[in-house]
Amino acid sequence: MSFFDAFLNWDVFVQTLPLLVSGLTITISLGLCAIILGLAGGLLLALLRLYGPAPLRQIAIAYIDIFRAIPLLVLLVVIYYALPFAGLRLTPFTSATMALSFVSAAYSAEIFRAGIEGVPKGQFEAARALGLSAYRRMSDIILPQAVKLVIPPITSNSINVFKDTALASVVAMPDLLKQATQAQALSANPTPLISAALIYIALLLPLVRLVGIFERRLAAKGR
Amino acid sequence: MAAIIDIKGITKTFGDFRALDGVDLQVAEGEIVVIIGPSGSGKSTLIRCINQLEEHDGGTITVDGHAVQKGADLTAIRTELGMVFQSFNLFPHLSVLRNVALAPVRVRGLSWADAEARARKLLERVGLKDHIEKYPAQLSGGQQQRVGIARALAMEPKVLLFDEPTSALDPEMVGEVLDVIQQLAKTGVTMMVVTHEMGFARKAANRVVFMDAGRIVEQGPPDTLFDAPRDERLRNFLNAVLSH
Ligand SMILES: Nc1ncnc2c1ncn2[C@@H]1O[C@H](COP(=O)(O)OP(=O)(O)OP(=O)(O)O)[C@@H](O)[C@H]1O
Ligand SMILES: [Mg+2]
Repeated sequence: MSFFDAFLNWDVFVQTLPLLVSGLTITISLGLCAIILGLAGGLLLALLRLYGPAPLRQIAIAYIDIFRAIPLLVLLVVIYYALPFAGLRLTPFTSATMALSFVSAAYSAEIFRAGIEGVPKGQFEAARALGLSAYRRMSDIILPQAVKLVIPPITSNSINVFKDTALASVVAMPDLLKQATQAQALSANPTPLISAALIYIALLLPLVRLVGIFERRLAAKGR
Repeated sequence: MAAIIDIKGITKTFGDFRALDGVDLQVAEGEIVVIIGPSGSGKSTLIRCINQLEEHDGGTITVDGHAVQKGADLTAIRTELGMVFQSFNLFPHLSVLRNVALAPVRVRGLSWADAEARARKLLERVGLKDHIEKYPAQLSGGQQQRVGIARALAMEPKVLLFDEPTSALDPEMVGEVLDVIQQLAKTGVTMMVVTHEMGFARKAANRVVFMDAGRIVEQGPPDTLFDAPRDERLRNFLNAVLSH
């Protein structure tokens, strides 16, 4: 059997493509949901940690530390296999979205905090001196500048979240990896797995390049 | 004349250090008060307590009848006080026009159209008509500071606070900013100006206040203060400033 017949078999590829596409759709939806929820949660946590009243601030700090300490796979398994014993039965998609976004929120929170703290003190003072409300100071003055500062690390983090969606195959989620494994079993040929790997790379490589470009651009601005 | 700013016995400590050690100062409506003094004497701290960028520990501050204290409606007080910073502190992500129009919209509730019309007029007044669509980073220091002044004016404050408005500027740009401030002084707005520009103080001030070690040591009309200083610390300060 030639190399191509074994690893890049065209017929097998065509046969299993529908399966891969359905997996890809789920991977992309899961990735997007987790990234968006993680960013929103992260921003909220960062604001609570910086400006919240004392008890909420402590909770935010505890959350951020705990969810950066727990292995993602462990969290996912706990949510999917342990919560049912507490009467909470979640679908694989919900479980995976929760696990991914809970952890991503903790990392995003630290990134946003660094961004907010990276905005010069004079910006906060000018905004206060003008009489802007706390909400307006954040939405109009501080966050637009902070977000610009953290685009590279936030993009990096989003890439990681997207990659980690593959862990969801552990909880029987029919994502790209799971479908590829299934297809390999059906066709007794590794071509679907190789294809899946190439799809992941094709999706994420441009984003990885983009991070590099952002970072160089920020560095060129002399920050 | 009623005092629009009334400061009584305020103190402020940073850790163990007393930055303000019992300052009394009344500023009448329309008055131009220039504050001078050596570095670290508490000039900035005094100015910054008035709009609560720093919270004072003791004493009272009243702005146009409003008590300035913890829990007070700071927005109402801050809208009466325009502040111009040494380092401009323009918003780098907003155009010059937006920098000036933002607070009137967000705080005073003007429409963008009205606020931008007002901003255009003010920017024209400070000589920046041709720069309204630019971003702060595209302007010289002197131009940025004139935007800073327009931004403060856009709120139509009763009092303008200046903290060393020309200290961060290249020497050739100091004049254009001082000219704008001097023009403003003629419009009847109340001003408190911290500066090391003694020529400006002499020309523009109704009263000069000399601070040292967190206290007001001497004050009076500029001619008296500069030509017949009584306190030795003021004499030393003036010698040091004027001799270089
Ligand atoms: N946030 C702060 N924390 C600690 N100390 C401070 C703080 N702000 C000011 N100080 C101290 O308080 C004193 C008065 O400072 P202030 O800035 O009011 O002086 P200044 O008269 O404006 O001086 P300069 O001419 O250098 O601007 C200084 O000794 C300064 O080190
Ligand atoms: Mg100062």
